[in-house]
This record gives sequence, C-alpha cells and structure tokens, in this order.
Amino acid sequence: MSKKKLTYSLNYRRPKSEYKASDELMICIRYYHKCSKTNKTKIIKKSTGVKCRLSDWNTDWHKSSNRSPVKDSDPNHKKKNKLLKEKVKTFDINELFNNVKNDSYSAYLNPNLPNGDLDKKWTNHKNTINLVSPANKRNIDIIVVGTGLAGGSACATLAELGYNVKAFCFQDSPRRAHSIAAQGGINAAKNYQGDGDSIYRLFYDTVKGGDYRSREENVYRLAEVSANIIDQCVAQGVPFARDYGGLLDNRSFGGVLVSRTFYAKGQTGQQLLLGAYSAMNRQIARGKIKMYNRHEMLDVVLVDGKARGIITRNLVNGGIERHSAHAVVLATGGYGNVFYLSTNAMGSNVTAAWKAHKRGAYFANPCFTQIHPTCIPVSGDHQSKLTLMSESLRNDGRIWVPKNIHDVEGIRDGNLKPTEIKEDDRDYFLERRYPAFGNLVPRDVASRAAKERCDAGFGVNKTGEAVYLDFSSSIIRYGKEQALVNGEDENNEQIVEKLGKEIIKKKYGNLFQMYEKIVDQNPYETPMMIYPAVHYTMGGIWVDYNLMTTIPGLYAIGEANFSDHGANRLGASALMQGLADGYFVLPYTIGDYLSDQISTGPIANDSKEFIIAEKEAIEKLDKLINNKGSKSVDYFHKKLGKIMWNKCGMARNKKDLELAISEISKLRKEFWKEVKVPGDQNQFNEELAKAGRVADFLELGELFAKDALEREESCGGHFREEYQTKEGEATRKKEFQFVSAWEYVGEPRNAILHKEKLEYKNIEVKERSYK
Amino acid sequence: MKLTLKIWRQKNFETKGRIVNYQIDNISPDMSFLEMLDVLNADLISKDEDPVSFDHDCREGICGSCSLFINGQAHGPDRRITTCQLHMRKFRDGDTIYVEPFRAKAFPVIKDLVVDRSAFDRIQQSGGYISINTSGNTQDANSIPINKDNADDAFDAATCIGCGACVATCKNSSAMLFVGAKVSQYSLLPQGQTEASRRVINMVNQMDLEGFGNCSNTGACEVECPKGISLDNIARMNRELMKASIKK
Amino acid sequence: MLLIFVLQFKMMKNFLLTSIGKKVAMALSAIFLMIFLLQHFIINITSVFSEDIFNMLSHFMGTNFLVQFILQPILIFGVIFHFVMGFYLEIQNRRSTKYEYQKVRGGANSTWMSRNMIWSGLVILSFLFLHFRDFWIPEMNYKYIEFLPDDPNRYHHELVEKFQDPYKVVFYCISFVLLSLHLLHGFSSSLKSMGANKSYASSVKSLGYAYSIGIPLGFCFIAIFHYLTH
Repeated sequence: MSKKKLTYSLNYRRPKSEYKASDELMICIRYYHKCSKTNKTKIIKKSTGVKCRLSDWNTDWHKSSNRSPVKDSDPNHKKKNKLLKEKVKTFDINELFNNVKNDSYSAYLNPNLPNGDLDKKWTNHKNTINLVSPANKRNIDIIVVGTGLAGGSACATLAELGYNVKAFCFQDSPRRAHSIAAQGGINAAKNYQGDGDSIYRLFYDTVKGGDYRSREENVYRLAEVSANIIDQCVAQGVPFARDYGGLLDNRSFGGVLVSRTFYAKGQTGQQLLLGAYSAMNRQIARGKIKMYNRHEMLDVVLVDGKARGIITRNLVNGGIERHSAHAVVLATGGYGNVFYLSTNAMGSNVTAAWKAHKRGAYFANPCFTQIHPTCIPVSGDHQSKLTLMSESLRNDGRIWVPKNIHDVEGIRDGNLKPTEIKEDDRDYFLERRYPAFGNLVPRDVASRAAKERCDAGFGVNKTGEAVYLDFSSSIIRYGKEQALVNGEDENNEQIVEKLGKEIIKKKYGNLFQMYEKIVDQNPYETPMMIYPAVHYTMGGIWVDYNLMTTIPGLYAIGEANFSDHGANRLGASALMQGLADGYFVLPYTIGDYLSDQISTGPIANDSKEFIIAEKEAIEKLDKLINNKGSKSVDYFHKKLGKIMWNKCGMARNKKDLELAISEISKLRKEFWKEVKVPGDQNQFNEELAKAGRVADFLELGELFAKDALEREESCGGHFREEYQTKEGEATRKKEFQFVSAWEYVGEPRNAILHKEKLEYKNIEVKERSYK
Repeated sequence: MKLTLKIWRQKNFETKGRIVNYQIDNISPDMSFLEMLDVLNADLISKDEDPVSFDHDCREGICGSCSLFINGQAHGPDRRITTCQLHMRKFRDGDTIYVEPFRAKAFPVIKDLVVDRSAFDRIQQSGGYISINTSGNTQDANSIPINKDNADDAFDAATCIGCGACVATCKNSSAMLFVGAKVSQYSLLPQGQTEASRRVINMVNQMDLEGFGNCSNTGACEVECPKGISLDNIARMNRELMKASIKK
Repeated sequence: MLLIFVLQFKMMKNFLLTSIGKKVAMALSAIFLMIFLLQHFIINITSVFSEDIFNMLSHFMGTNFLVQFILQPILIFGVIFHFVMGFYLEIQNRRSTKYEYQKVRGGANSTWMSRNMIWSGLVILSFLFLHFRDFWIPEMNYKYIEFLPDDPNRYHHELVEKFQDPYKVVFYCISFVLLSLHLLHGFSSSLKSMGANKSYASSVKSLGYAYSIGIPLGFCFIAIFHYLTH
C-alpha cells in the first residue's frame, strides 16, 4: 500500500557555517510516506525531538547498525537516543495506516504552532523564524492570486519588503475585488470607547462566536494585530467615521458586548480595499508588483512537490500563460457561489482553491458556511444574486413578524400594511428568545431564528420567506435625543420623526437608498423585509500557523483559508482577518519558507511540470468548448444551487446530505455531457470562464455535502437537524472539536479525512449562549 | 414586458461595431437591467448565437464593473445608481432601449459592451496613494484628530467606484471628476499633505497623457455619478494644482 | 523684475500645459472679458439718459493713452486668446471623445448652454466682426488713419446712427441672447475653473444669473431704445 522513510536531522535556523561545534540544536524527526493512490511523497510528521550539540551529531546514523543519531561523545547519548526511539514508536507506521482506515489522520496534520504563552507566541515566532536578507529578496518572485483585501495588502507588503510580486486578478482592476462590497466595518481591539475591550476579549469573542472550532493561536494573533490594522489604514488615508472631536468613532456588531467596530458609513470594505489598492499602486509604480488584470488562474504547478507557479488564462484574448515563482499565495476568497444565489460577486469562484486542493492542498471544513440574516429577499426565478444589508442595521433595527397568522395573511394579500399592526401583535422573536443579546445575536443564530419563524408560516412576503426589520422605534429614540440637543419640543411627534429620520439617514443612508432602489419601498416609512442568504464561507484551504497549505510553498490567506473563524464568523471580522493576513502575517511567515529557496535561482517556466499542467488546462478548455451540448452553464449552476440550498443550507440532515452527494455527482456527469459553451477559446468568452468555474463548484459541492454529513453535530453555521435541543438550539459535541481537512483522491466523496485536534488552553469551552 | 433592444455589438478592438436589434419578451419589472440581459443571453445561447458580453461583478453597485450607456445616459435613466441597480420598472412595456458601451478614446472597446478602463489604474499609480510603508508601526490612529467635516468630505470623495460614468457621459470625455475625487480625498486629510504637490501634478499629467478631454464644467458627470460625487472636487483639484505649481 | 517674470513663467509653463492649466487660462481670459463687458455696458447705458456724459466718457476712453495703447491691445489679445483657445480645446476634446453614441440624452444631465459653448461662442464671434466693422474700424480710421480733428461730441450721434437699421438691431439682439446663454454657463464655469469653493456656490449662482441676464438685456435695451427714439 505504501512505503515509508524515516529521517533525523538537525534543525538549523541559520546557515550551517554560523554554528560552533558546541552549539546545541534540536533534532527533528521526519516521516515521509508515499501514498499509492496519489503517488506523491509527503512529510507527514515534523516533530522536534531532543537537543544535541553539533559535535555530538552523528551524520552517518542511518548507516550505523544501531542507528543512533546522537554520538556517544554526548554524556546523555543513551538517554537521548532512547527518547528519540520512543518518539518514533508513538508514530508507528502500521498504526498510521490503521488510522487512515478509521478516518483519523489527526496526528499527521501539524499546524506548526510556536511555543510559549498564548500572548507571547506570535512575538516568539517572529523572533525565531528564518528571514531572507534584503539582498536576496530581490531575487525571489512571489505570485499572489487575487487582489482583494488579503491579496492586495499582501502584494503591497511583500513588494515593500523587496520581493518581486506578480499579482493576478480576473477583474479589470484590483479595485473591483469583492472585498469592496463589505459594508459594516472592521473590528479592532483598540478600546477607544473605554468599554472594557482588550485583545483577550476580542480573541474570546471570536473563538466563542466561532463556536469553538477555530485554532486558538491563530485567533489570538489576529486579535493582537487588529489594532495595527487601524493605525495602518488611517495612515494610508482611509476616511473612517469620526466624531466631532475629530477622533475615530465605533459601533457595535452582533455577538459582542463592546463597541469595537470601525466603519466608514456602509462602505468600510470599499475604503479599506481602496487603501490596499493604493498601497499596491505605489508598488506597481515602483515596478515591484507586476499586475495582471483580467487573468484567471487555471492551475497551480508543483515542481518537486513544491508550489512553483501557476497557469493562467488571459480573459481578453484567451491566451494561456505559464508563470513561475518561488512561492504562490492564494487570496482568492470564498466559495459561497456554490449556492448560485449568494451575496458574493458574480465572478467569485472556487477554481484557484479547488485546483490547489486537487494538487494536494487539504480543504478544511467546507461545510462551514455563513448564512447572513439581513439580506434582501429573493423576488423571483430570474434573480442572479442577493444583496446584503449590513449587519450594522441590527444595531438600530428590530426584527419581527406578526404574532397572529391572520395578520400574516392580511399582509400577503396586500390588505394590511405592516405599520398598521399594533405593537402587541408583533413578535420580536430575537428579543423574545435571546434577551441578553436581543437583535445583536451572532449571524447563525439570527438566521436560524428567522428561518424557524418562516417555516412556521409567519413569513411576511409572497414567498413566505421574509421577516421585518423595523427602524421606527430607533427613529423615535434618536429623534427625541436630537430634539433635546437642539432644544426643540421632544413631545412633538413630527419634529421627533423628522430629526430621527435624519440621524438614521446619516448612519445608514446608502443602505436605505440601495434597499429602495431594489425593492421599490421606502424603508423610512415601512419596515424593511429581510431574509437570510449565503454570505461567507469559514471553510477553505487548510493552513498551518504560517498560513502555508499542505503543499510546501503554497499559501492561502483571507477568506480562501479556513483559519480564524471556526464554525461561524462574527460581523466585521472578515475585513480584519483579510488585512491581518495580508499586511502583518503572511509577509513575515513566508520568509521562513523562502529562506530555504534562495539558492534555487530563478524558477524556469518551461520545465516539464509546467508544460504538462498547461496542456491539461488547454485540454479542459477545449473539452468545454467542443462539448456542444444542449444546456447552458447557468442551467447547471442554478440546479446545483438549488440542491445546495435545499439540502446543505441552513438546516441539514443525514438523508438529505446523502441525497445531495448523489445528486451533485449525477449533475456533474450531466454537466460534462450536456454543457454548451458558445464561442471559442481565443477570444473574450465569459461563458467559457463561467463554465470552468461551475465545473469546479460541481466538485466542491459534493465535498461540502460529504463534510456536512461526516460532522455529526451542530455548531455555528453548520446545523444538523438530528442534533438540536428541545428549544431548537444547536447541540455541539466534544468529539467533533477538530478541523476536518480533506485530502483529494479522485471523486470528492472519496476524499480522505484528516483531523486537526483543537485544544483550548486559554479559554473555557462552554455551551455558547446568547440568552 | 416586451422590449426592443438595440445593442452595440463589436467583436474586438480592431473590428468595427454596429447596433443589432433584439426582441425580448417576458421581462418582469422586478428584474434588474443586468438580469434582463442575462435572459437575453440565455436566449442567444439556446439559439447558438454569441451572447452579449458586458462587465459586471458585484451586482450591488459598489465594484464599479458595470458600465452601460442606456438610452443615452450612463447607467441608464435612474439617478445615483449603477446599471446593476437599475430595475426594469423604470421602463415601460414596448420600450426601445439603446445599450452602448462607455465611450471615450481612453476607454477602448474590448468586446461588445466591455471596455478597457485601465487608464484609471494608471492614473492612480501615478500618485493616488500616500507613501507610507505597510509595517503597521505607524503612529496610533487617534493621534491625528481630523475635523469631522473634512473627514466627511474626504469620505464623500473617496466613495468613487471608478466606473467611468463621468468620462462616458462627459461630452469631452474628461476624467476630471475621477481624478478630482482622489486628489480631494487626500488633500482633505492631514496624512496626504506631505506629498500633495507631487501627487496632484503627477496625476493630472498622467490623466492628460491617457488622452482624456478637458473639463468645461457642464456638470453632467456630477449628475450621472452613481455615488453623487460633487463637482467641487474638480474645483478643489484646480486649486491644488495651482497651489502646487506656484510652490514648485 | 524681468528676471522674476521669466522665472515665474518657466514655473507656470508646465502648469499651463496641463489640461487644468489651459482651463484656468481660459477662465482668466473669460473673467477679464467679463470685466471689460461690464465696463463697456456701464458707459453705453449712459447714452440712454445723458448724451453729455456718454460723450464725455467715450471721449476719455477714445483719447486716453493708457486706454488706447495699453488696455486696448491687452483686450484684443484677450479676445483672440479666448476664442483661439476655445477652438483649440474644442478640437482636442473632440479628439478624445470619439463620439459615436447612437443615442445621447445630454439634456438629462446638463444644460444646453454648457454643451454648446462653441456655438454660442461662434455667434458672438461673428457678432464681434460686425461690431468691429460698425464701431471699431471707423473709429480707428477716424483717429489714426485720416487723423480727423478731435470732436468730443461726435460719439452719441454715431451710436444712434448705427441703430437705425432694424435688421442690425435684430441681429444685435439675437447675439445678445446668445451672449446671455454663453454667460449663463461661462460665468460660474470660469469661477469653478479658478477653484471657487462650494461655500460661495449660491452667491456665485445668483450673481451669475444677474450678470448674464442683466447685461445682455441692457445692451438689447440700448439698441432698441435708440432705434425707437430716433
């Protein structure tokens, strides 16, 4: 079935010549194993062993009969060698393959966590990892795919550090990446409001909000660097909201009890992205970033097991290009579009991440998807995408449905207006169920509560899939405050209403305008209608603490990786994670890998691996073009979306998930038989680009369902109907406190599960309660 | 709804384009304009014809990708929105709708309704940034208080989505509103002061180099701008450039 | 002094070569012409109520050395610069537009005046030719070619004589209407080009209306008045 190889080596941190014979170094044990299925060699365990003086190191240990790496010149050599052997024993190779059968590869996924106390880990790590000297950085190329918040900021910083960056985006400009659509804000543990915020509290909220399914160390690091992001962005000229004193303003978001969200009206993502874009522009002007607009990544190329480049298609003229580099960074966002209808941009896709997965990167927690509670409801079959209304609206809006079913019917028939329903006849279900957090419960909780009401028949639009978000009480509250400030009569309803509306307009003007344009109703006068929609995917490519995937030299940052949000993301944390990864984490951790790659020189893009990958990519495109089937790409995408939403949506169960797997697999077969792509390869051909993306969604969807099926618990965005309390709350299980990382072996449903155990040493795992 | 569409079809930059007529039926007033084009494209694909290419991405009015000149107006008849936010309820049954790409010498057509707006990127690269490194070791964000009015004005200027409607609608194809907005954003903030002169001179020079026209203050850009960016930004840029030229 | 001027000019040269620089130069010439127009109007309007004052002012303007040999050339330069630059910019703009829209609804977002400055300008230019033929050329002829004797009282009746032809009066009035349209956009546009702050926007607007309607209307009134009363 497979072969194994075992090595001991000294863990050099600096060039060998810099060490003295008396220096002590850690011995590192490595297992290599060759999997017969994929025929690839991989390091399956990297574990530090014991310390050894350089002079006591036996370089010929593997030739000696007793196979002792520590020479007998070391006074403790017996003890040390015994210890090493014991360490080896604990990872007995037979046990390893027994474990494969039991789907628990857990011991072999190493997140490379640094040592020390939680709050020192990141600093320690930065102090000890290898660096690349400025003179050498000039000779190293890095490819960054995707130019959103994570990709854009990473490009800027890497270029600033001196690396040669090649940046790719499929849009016509980096500024169009979908990060731009983030509305609400960005969290940072600045405690400017003096309400008791701290790094620990942000860390705590994020882990708890993620339902204890995220890696403690990563989240703590995120909280730690969050404050720097705000400093950085302000210095870049990002116009955050300010108060009259000229200082930065904050608002609060769902799932937390402090105000730590910085914002720029409802366009925070836009402003932050433009900040990163401007930092990129500066480096493009300096020639440190070479920008490739309208280029789509088709595959990642591995040379000797390391990521060494990508294959791209020029979307303007269809040219297939080979690009090589010393490392590849994927910042390609999430895969919410597997649901067809989502708040993601039309072009958002999983192709880059999926191709990396097929080449050996593990895909983690694909079933963790965030369904955002406040989106504009679907209006009909023609709908191409859903529009998000910022979560910040829940600060001032109250969510309700009528208490009585005959009121609901009245509204649906158009005989009754929502404003005519008396206060007593309204069911503010979030406030009722979760008195402590009320309308500000986390997104997963709010979404499920809305679904529960609509399933019970209280949905307020024609399709029965909408609830009200009402601002009338906030308008009155703000109006009264403002009337007092202005010295006007606070009991005069008209004045109060006018002033209140002005305040609401200042806070959410652009969102209200957007709503009015889409729905054709005035939200200042009548409550908004909202319904949950797919918004963000917590799952993604598995990465270690350095943000490196299981392919050496391939990194994943931002929404494309799985790391920081666990099973549910808190509002205003996505921007934080993207920028943290891009500005402050990846540019340093990547040096640890690249310091080994200095001697390789420029990477050739005409090696056989590149040629083969290019050929495969072209063949696939030709296949799509020449298929000449009878159904359009959208037909399949819509169908996939329906399966996903109905069977892997807000609530899932075993039967549906099993059905979903077989249906998706069938649909995929039909796709390859029946799809019709007009035009040809060598031209601007949007349908062709779309077809490639949908083909990958059709594979991902299956893995998604498989992951949801295997995770027999409810947590965060993943809700299994079988695992719920009597009140309909999620039931988490201790034994599922792990990351599921999937290894590709062919059909997605046959993927091999690797588990990374999650341990919480600095936070008590509790039942998540917002009551 | 039943509509007649007169759509600009052009194979690529080199070939000449023309208007092609299409009849389309069963359009719901709740559809967005782009969803209407989706319906048209589905129809064209089923008839083995080449679908109409158009730029679009976020479909919520913020990415700035969509760029159609509809019935003689950039982003169509409605105000303060992009094409993707335009809904069919703004049209009547039986209407004839012209759909053309954004036109300017600096925006060459790639295909059909897709144009190349990379001139905007190059203008930004010439100076649309603040030169600070990205180490994060800058001063604390609250150490520079900024007057709220200036911060708000800077924000209003910064909301530009770079769609190019200002250029498309300007009878001179001038990009002053776009450049003015960026220059204004930084000139209103203390962070941007240190390199203000260099920035405005470089950006204006690059704008001229790209072949955009001159501004004659018609104000059409301000009206058609989906984000309502004010003409004041152009006036501010003029001031900044005068200031910079005298200082230099 | 000259040195400083040359240095300044070098610095300004780069500025004037930019699109904004040209726009500012255009605006400066426009503002200069508007000031001249105001001055012209103030003198002319006196002809309506007092022959003596008009003659006195005209005589001063026509014989003063400063006015004749410094301001007059500057004015001529200003006029020529304004229209030459206007044509130049128009050509440049047409080049950068590649205007091929099949359908344009310009009226939806801008005023007719702002879009047709070149046409209103052309009418005004042709008016200027007539105006020069009527007044300026005879005047130059009188003073500097034939060296006729100074007559401080000839101006008023010369003026009145010119407005006896009804066609001319009509053409004058049409030109003034177009001048008014030209000014309705030009007044505020020139100030915006000079970087007028938005805090002045409303006063600029009302002042602009008053100026660009009031002055051409006044000129029309003068022409019609003299046609009817003599």
